[in-house]
Parts: sequence; C-alpha cells; structure tokens
Amino acid sequence: MTDKDVIFGINGPVVTVKNTRSFSMMEMVYVGESRLVGEIIGINDEFTTVQVYEETTGLKPGDPIYGTGEPMNVLLGPGIIDNIFDGIERPLKAIEELSGSFISRGASVSSLDLNRYWNVKIKVKVGDKLSGGQIYASCPETAVIEHRFMVPPTLSGTVTRVEPNGKYKLKDTIVVIKDEKGEEHDLTLCQQWPIRQARPNAERLPADIPLITGQRVMDTMFPIAKGGTAAIPGGFGTGKTMNQHQLAKWCDADIIVYVGCGERGNEMSQVLDEFSELIDPKSGRPMTDRTVLIANTSNMPVAAREASIYTGLTLAEYYRDMGYHVAIMADSTSRWAEALREISGRLEEMPAEEGFPAYLPSRLSEFYERAGRIKTLSGSEGSVTIIGAVSPQGSDFSEPVTQNTKRFTRCFWALDKSLAYARHYPAINWMDSYSEYFTDLDPWFRNNLGEDFIKYRNKITALLHEESALMEIVKLIGSDVLPDDQKLVIETAKAIRVGFLQQNAFHPDDTFVPLEKQKLMMKAILHLYNKSKHIIAAAIPISRITELGLFERLAKMKYDIPNNKLEMFDDLIKDIDTSLAALTA
Amino acid sequence: MILDYVGVKEINGSLIVLDDVEGASFEEMVDIRLDNGTIRHGRIVQIEGKRVVVQVFEGTKSISLDNTRTRLKARPMELALSPEILGRVFSGAGDPIDGFGAVYPEKRANINGTPMNPVSRIYPRNYINTGISTIDTLMTLIRGQKLPIFSGSGMKHNELAVQIVRQAKISDTEDNNFCVVFAAMGVKNDVADYFRRSFDESGVLSRVVMFLNLANDPIIERTLTPRCALTAAEYLAFELNMHVLVIMTDMTSYAEALREFSSSKGEIPGRKGFPGYLYSDLASLYERAGMVKGSTGSVTQIPILTMPNDDITHPVPDLTGYITEGQIVLDRQLEGQGLYPPVSVLPSLSRLMKDGIGEGYTRSDHQPLANQLFAAYARVQDARSLASVIGEEELSPTDKKYMQFGKLFEQYFVNQGYTENRTVEQSIDLGWKLLSTLPRTELDRVDDALLDEHYIDDPELISFDVFRSAADQKEDED
Repeated sequence: MTDKDVIFGINGPVVTVKNTRSFSMMEMVYVGESRLVGEIIGINDEFTTVQVYEETTGLKPGDPIYGTGEPMNVLLGPGIIDNIFDGIERPLKAIEELSGSFISRGASVSSLDLNRYWNVKIKVKVGDKLSGGQIYASCPETAVIEHRFMVPPTLSGTVTRVEPNGKYKLKDTIVVIKDEKGEEHDLTLCQQWPIRQARPNAERLPADIPLITGQRVMDTMFPIAKGGTAAIPGGFGTGKTMNQHQLAKWCDADIIVYVGCGERGNEMSQVLDEFSELIDPKSGRPMTDRTVLIANTSNMPVAAREASIYTGLTLAEYYRDMGYHVAIMADSTSRWAEALREISGRLEEMPAEEGFPAYLPSRLSEFYERAGRIKTLSGSEGSVTIIGAVSPQGSDFSEPVTQNTKRFTRCFWALDKSLAYARHYPAINWMDSYSEYFTDLDPWFRNNLGEDFIKYRNKITALLHEESALMEIVKLIGSDVLPDDQKLVIETAKAIRVGFLQQNAFHPDDTFVPLEKQKLMMKAILHLYNKSKHIIAAAIPISRITELGLFERLAKMKYDIPNNKLEMFDDLIKDIDTSLAALTA
Repeated sequence: MILDYVGVKEINGSLIVLDDVEGASFEEMVDIRLDNGTIRHGRIVQIEGKRVVVQVFEGTKSISLDNTRTRLKARPMELALSPEILGRVFSGAGDPIDGFGAVYPEKRANINGTPMNPVSRIYPRNYINTGISTIDTLMTLIRGQKLPIFSGSGMKHNELAVQIVRQAKISDTEDNNFCVVFAAMGVKNDVADYFRRSFDESGVLSRVVMFLNLANDPIIERTLTPRCALTAAEYLAFELNMHVLVIMTDMTSYAEALREFSSSKGEIPGRKGFPGYLYSDLASLYERAGMVKGSTGSVTQIPILTMPNDDITHPVPDLTGYITEGQIVLDRQLEGQGLYPPVSVLPSLSRLMKDGIGEGYTRSDHQPLANQLFAAYARVQDARSLASVIGEEELSPTDKKYMQFGKLFEQYFVNQGYTENRTVEQSIDLGWKLLSTLPRTELDRVDDALLDEHYIDDPELISFDVFRSAADQKEDED
C-alpha cells in the first residue's frame, strides 16, 4: 500500500486513481480535501475508478482519497421516519441548517440525529439467546410507528448485560451479547447495512393479500399484492407523479418510502407541504408520521441519483424486518437508468441498446426482486411493495427501460397520453395495462367481498373490450347505424369510463374509495345494463332509456353517494327500477 | 507562481490538449494568449494526470501546436454581479458587449450554481396573470414555475413570449420588483433585435438583462449562455428579492451545441447523437427556477424551443417536458388558420396550476371549468375525425354541437390577438359562455351547483361580440 492515494484523472463525476491496491470494489471513499463522498466502481492493475456523489469542480490531480474499508452503507435507527434525505442518506434539513438554501459540497452531517433521546423499552433479559433479526428493544418513533431494535442479521449470542428502560441516544449501548466464540458485541440503537445488498429474511410468502389503494382502476381492474411489483409508465404530463402521490397517500401500507429520483424540486416541496397537512384517516395523524422521503432532484449529482434507489430500498427492508408493510415509490426509475447510462458512458463501457449499458436488465431485475412479502428472521410478517414510475423517451413503450421493466414487474399500469389530454385521470389505459396477480388475489377478494366482486369485475372488463371493438366501427361510420343492443354497450362503457374508471383526486369523497363502494358502483352500472338489455329486447328504442338521465346519474354517483352512506346505493337501484318500469308499463 | 504553458499537444474541434500541466483543477478557467496578442478563454473539462483537455470558448481557429501560451486562472468560471447589471447586454459568456465597460462586481458567482435544497424550496402558489385566455384559464403560469413554449420554426413563439412579458408586467405596475433576464442561444440577429425592440416599446428595457449568443457566435459560448443568465437571475431573485422572468430561446440550439461539443470530446452518443447526460444537463438549467425560504424573490422560466420537424418526441422537447412543470404547445394548423396565439390546448399543461388557482387565487369555479373545457375540446377532436370520414352532415346532433363548440372555442377563446389583455374573470366567463353552447347534460365534469350558477340556458343570451375587436365587428356589418 502506498503511503497516500491521490487523484490521477477527473472526468465529470468519475475520478481515477493510479497504481493503488488499497481499495476494494464498492468501497465508500472520501475524495479531496473537502471530503466528497464517492464509491469505488472499477479496479484494474493500473487504474481504480471512483464515482463521486457530489460536484467535482475544483478537484485536482494529487488531491488525496481516503478509504473507509466499508461498502456504501446507510445508518439504520430511529429518526428515519418523518425525515427527508438525499440519495446517500444525508438529512436535507440538517444540511439546510449547515449551509443554507443551496447545498454546498462535502457537507458532513450524520444521517440520523445523534443527540436526540429515545424512550427505549428493553425486551430481553440477561441469559436470553438472541439470533440475527430478533428484537431486543423498542421505542416509539412517531405517534404511529413503533421502532423495533433488531440484532444485526450477521450476529447472534447470549445476552450478558442489559441496561434498564429509559431514555437513550442513538449510539448508547443498551444490550451486550456474547457470541459463540466468546466475543462481546455492544448493541446500540442503530446499525449499518450496505445499500446494494438485500437484507436477509426467513422465507418468502405468497403474494395473496392485495395492497388496497382506494383507486378504483387499480384495486378493481389491475390489483397489486402486498409485496408485489408494479410499473407506471407514461410520457410527460400523463400523471405518473400524481398517481404515485395518490398511492403514497392512500394505500394501506404501514410505511411509505418515497424516492424522488432525478425529478423536480418543486414536486418534492409539494410532497413535503401536502403530506404534513394531510391527515391519515386510519391514525388521525399527519401522513409524514409514516413517510420517509428521499429527494435526489434532477439537478443534484447524478451518481447519488443512482444510489438513491438502493438507499430507499434498504430503509424499506429495514422496516419490513420489524414486521411492517412498506411500500416504496420510485419516481422515476428511468432517471435512475439514465444515471447508469451516464456513468457507464464516462467509464467508456460498450453500450447496448440506445446507449444504455448491457447490465441494465440485470440491475432492474435485482431491484424489483427485492420486493416481496416475507417472514422475518424474528418470525413476524412484513412486506416491501415496489411501485416504479417509468418515463419512456418520446412516450414510446418499446424503449429499453420500459421493456425490461415490463419483464420484471407483475403489474403494469400503462398511462395513456390521449386519456390525459382528455383529462381522464387516472389516465391508466384499460386495454394496455395488466396485472398478473388475479389468480393470487382472487381468493382474498372472494372471502372478503364475495364472489360477486369478481363477477362484476369480469363483466366490466368484457364490456370495455366490447366497446373498444365497437369503437373501431363507430370511427368509420358513426354510432347511429349500430343496433340498439350495441348502442347500449357503448352507453354502458361510457358510464364505466366516466363514472367508475375516472376518479377525482381533488374531491374529498372520491380521492379514496373503499372496496365495498367500488363493488356497489359496479353493481349499479351492471344493474342498469342488464335491465336495459331486457327492455331493448322488448323492442323499446334505447333513446327512451337514455332520455331518463340514468346514465348521467351513474356518472355522478361517485360524488352523490358519500363513502359512509353506502345504503344510498339501494335507493339508486330502486330508482333505476322504477324509472325503467315506467317504460314497459 | 504563475506559469505559462507554451504550445498545445493536440487540437480537436473546440478542444485543445495540454501536456505536463501541474496543479490544474477540474473546471478551472484558462486564458490562452495567441502570438498575435489576442486572448481566448477556456475551461478545463477533463484531467488525466498531467494531461488536461481544455474547451476553448471562442473556438480553435488559427491556433497551432506552438503559437499559444496558456495560463491557469486558479478559479472556476464566474460571473460578475451587481445591481447594475439591469439594463445591460452581455455576450453569451457573460462579458459586457454594450460598450458601457465592465461591471463593477459586488460579488462573483460560479455559473454552475449549486443545487437548491428541496427542503428550502417554497412550493409555488402565486399565479402570474398573463392576460392570455388559454394560458390563464387552462395552463396557468405560476411564479417560480418553469413553463416552456414548444414551438416550431416560423411560428409565433417570440410574439407570445413578448406578450407574456408585456402583460405580466402590466398586472404588476405597483410592484417595482419585476425584471426580465433574456438569454439568446443561437438565435438569428433579427430575433434578438425583435426582443430588444419589443422590450423597449413596452418600457421594460431598463429592467432587462440580456445575454446574447447569436447564431454565428461560437458554440462553446452557447453552452455557457443559459448558465450565465440563470446565475444573474438567481442573484436578482434571491439576493435582491426581485421577481425574475427568464426567457431562454432557443433550447434546441443549446442542445445542439452540447451535442457538437460532446462529439468532439469523443463521448458515446445517446438518442439522435445527443450525449447521454442531456437530461441531467437540461435539468441543471431548468431546476434553477423556483423560490427559496429567506427570500421574497422568484425565478420563473419560460424556455422556448423549436421542435425539429414539429416532432414532440424529439429528444430535446421530450426531455424538457420531463423536467419542466408543464408546457405550452403551439400548433401549426391553428397558426395556418390565422389564429393567434396558436396554442394547442390539449397537449399543453401546467402542473403547478391546481394549487395556484381557485378560491383565494383566481375563482372557485376555475378548476372545474378548465377540466370541462379540456374534456369538451377533446370530444371535438373525436367529432372532427368522424366528420372527416362520414361528412359533417351525417353527424349526430350532439356531435354537431361539439363541432360548433370547437369552432367557437378556437375563434374566440384561443384566438385573442397580440394586443388584447383579458382579465382572468373575463376568460373564465367566456369559458362558461362557450360551454353553454353545449347541451347541459354533456357537461359531466362540473357539479350541478356550478351549472346552476353559470350555465346559460337561453341561447339568445350567448354572445361573443364583446370579445371581438371593433374592426371585426365592422367587417361583419359591411
């Protein structure tokens, strides 16, 4: 080992060191006098390559590089929830206090507040045998989340010393264990974990519980399981971010990790604003009490953008291991893939499709495969659900990131520009989207909502497909020439589209809709359809039915019937019956 | 110790390579003195040991392997800033070119800026009244937003930008804090001149800072122009607390300059030959819009870009759309029909609009009206495509209504003219009038209470004449 390792070359965020043997792959290093954070991404006998997570302006050949001997780590402990970090887990609020409104380089702050006291309750006693992942203490982290301290997965042993319950700081030792070799280990309120390595679990569980989002088109038409993976691809302006926000606000996960990866700064400040004002209906507390934000906006250094996805995922896994259901929103994975491409280009690697590196599919699959519902090492159940937005270039779904994402996610919510132009939100195209979770989830729906739910859903899907085929004809010759039963399909499909699929995120009742109401809405639409079908069969023209204004009522039932007055659906159905009865009378 | 390095090792496009350089730092500025006494400026873009690659702003014309002396300046590219920059004209690299001498700097700032901490951002909520119906009603511009104009060669984007500046200023008359930073990248002399003249006519010239890199200026300078402009804008907004409107035209030329530079550096190209980092690079510009805590100023950006071949999926508009908070798209067909401003309503969007309008900002019925107008106009497109197949006569009565609505909408709502300045109230009322030409049952995006209040049942009462210029009316009478 040389006495000091120094910079040899600089090209954007990539720095090279010549003739050194002191670093290992993926080791975290500090670069230059201002100690910019970097990571070793390539080693050969001549050059060692470092990607630097901050602006490299002003670095010089000859500036020192300090190794840490450890891979890129995150600090895990209480204080993560309700915080906002950059891509390498530096708390942005603390950085603001340190350097003001603009982020200066080499800002060195601890990821978590070391001086804050936590009210710790010890759960073990001297003599207890502990293995990796078992819980030895807990403390309230926010009003709704209890933080459970777990033995790092790599450790096990017998408890030799226990501190009493009380207030402790992050680095205080509260339990000491002795491993098989007789070595003692201090357990504190925090631990470290390398971001690129999945945390271990006891076993994977089947994905048979839905993640309920309160968004009709997602819950009913294309459901996702807890521990599942979903992609939301869409060109700009189709509402990717809006959908991600809705999911983060309303889905029934215990904890949300929201990764703003290479996206807009104003969007992050909107999330901050909105989530602190928004009250979670389940706990009555602000949304921020169950949310972690990772903000690496598009103007922040590109290498940290690449890391931000893994940082978010590791935090999510950490809470999963405590026995929570965690959902991680990554907005957007395309920016992350572009960061890969950018760094790959700087390394002069051979590009594959559209300049993306050849390892893009394997990185994507590594990422999505870290999702899952699992049994934790301590025997409880937790899950990580990954919902990744994809921003296809030129709204073209055949580009490499969308195509590869499609292969590794089981739920595909395709956003459609023409729907967005018509302000049909959520602009999820019902013809292009799919979910592979139906078979896994149908038993759950059957048990909790009854066989009808599945029947209604299938009928609605069939009607939409039928409409789509009919529209081909209508486009050519107009709708007037269609027979009445087909006109009825078109009218009904319109009611489905406007009344059911379209959902208003700004309306207090419509922004989140319980499954029971979703079912009744479908029921009402299909009820009118079935009744009308009989009437048309009796040779009464459809115009007589449309004149009654029933379809308009269906379109507005989402507003007219509040979520807590579902019995009003009975009246609606009665009204439909009486109005129609007048026709045949 | 100041060292001059004699000669260069290699010249490639706008790049020169120097050998045996000691103590060079990344992105450091250099001066290159030619034997004939002229000085050129450059910046270090790559270092490999003692070999450094320098980007020469003014180009490498007449540089030979041994006619130069290069001196390191030991600082990155900085812009001299003081309140006096208002009313001045600078080159694309930030040097004064209006003959009034150098700026006496109060401070110098690195033109790359530093990223704004997302925690320190204030979420933009105040709308800017542009006096243009389509923009105010359907894609409201918000202070601190970045809202580009997607246009094509030969369309009236420059006029639109000038009209926004002129009318936005009028609504702010008592507010002396308004100023404009104008960055021209690769635009024609005439265009730069048009902007200067228009600013002069509307009396804002003394509140404009101009950075001009014209079509025949060196391309390396062009890659610096928006950075200089935004550094000036940030200074005016966040240190002098002014509301700054930044107009950057033409972003396509900027991206092409970046491509030229990238390919001369031998980088691996991405889509259409643009460098793989085009997104990050554009983001480092666009993200400099916004508002921060601790300052009352704001930076609002209106970048203008011409879509090559009117193709919105071209990398530059595509990546821009992913970064900016919406877009105003201009349409050649509307322009061809003589409508001004030719704003294509459906693909246009303002993402920040929803929080900056409605009760307390504009009017409580603003958002529902906008939704309904969008939905109805989308329906018009369906009716039109059907009409082009089966003929307008064969359309159903409802579709015919939509055809008529479409015509009126374009004629009175979109088409407003270069000089007309409408209040938001007027625009919203006009919107309701237009919707009232449709059957009430068709308006499914608005609830009944609003319809009761605004829907005009009596067709006799719907008249659009007040919004037509006197000349048009006279023509009708004749």
